[in-house]
Amino acid sequence: MQQLLSPQDARLVERLRAGDEEAFVELIRSLNPSLLRVARMFVPTSALAEDVVQETWLAVLNGIDRFEGRSSLKTWIFRILTNTAKTRGERERRSVPFSALDTEQGGFEPAVERSRFTGTGHWAVLPRAWPEDRLLSKETLSVVERAIERLPPSQRTVVTLRDVEGWTADEVRNALELSETNQRVLLHRGRAKVRQALEQYLSEEQ
Amino acid sequence: MSVALAHLNCLELVELVTAYLEGDLSSGERKRFDAHLAACDGCTTYVEQMKRTIELTGTLRVDDLTLHAEETLRRAFRDWKAQ
Repeated sequence: MQQLLSPQDARLVERLRAGDEEAFVELIRSLNPSLLRVARMFVPTSALAEDVVQETWLAVLNGIDRFEGRSSLKTWIFRILTNTAKTRGERERRSVPFSALDTEQGGFEPAVERSRFTGTGHWAVLPRAWPEDRLLSKETLSVVERAIERLPPSQRTVVTLRDVEGWTADEVRNALELSETNQRVLLHRGRAKVRQALEQYLSEEQ
Repeated sequence: MSVALAHLNCLELVELVTAYLEGDLSSGERKRFDAHLAACDGCTTYVEQMKRTIELTGTLRVDDLTLHAEETLRRAFRDWKAQ
């Protein structure tokens, strides 16, 4: 195993190779939700996404002996997933490749409505500080959740992987095959809409 | 980002917030961004709100794996091991 692999990954790979079922289940539990989410970007239905993920796990098992540790285990698994998903997506013909999704949304979406600014680009109506006591309520959290669900798929995927699951920008770029700029633009637009939803909700009278 | 940073206004600043929080701005851009923030209550509140938005998003739970899918994969693992 090369030194690039983290000690945790190296141990996990050893356990998998040794046929440790619990190691496999640990890995599934930690990655399956994200795998499903990413697969869904390439195929038209959730059922197909589940197929793609199952196929990915089988490919992981069949390839684990040949895994050289040149990337993290997670990156390697997501590369298998995107290849599997793309092949399946092309076969289904109804899929929209991720890159096409990006260019479809190429038009400029302002983070904050233009009407909030003066002609010289300064705040016309200042954003108001949010009431701390309401921020952590269940209702506020469900506003965040719904706002994320309403995002276009590519923004939703990036925001979920980055901000819910805590991936790094590089991990997201590798898994989704995005340029640095596209990753940041999708994150920016997605976050801005979630903030907008929060602002709207928190400005309503209780 | 091709924004005329020499004349950074609020409208431009809000479009740079992600690059700022990601640490993707050049040191010159960052200085102008910070200088604007120091003088602008509206943008200070806005950046604060973006940070709270990210924090709140981070408290959401990742959906759990269905038991059915896990069982199927356990079986697949045993098959693979038996090969």
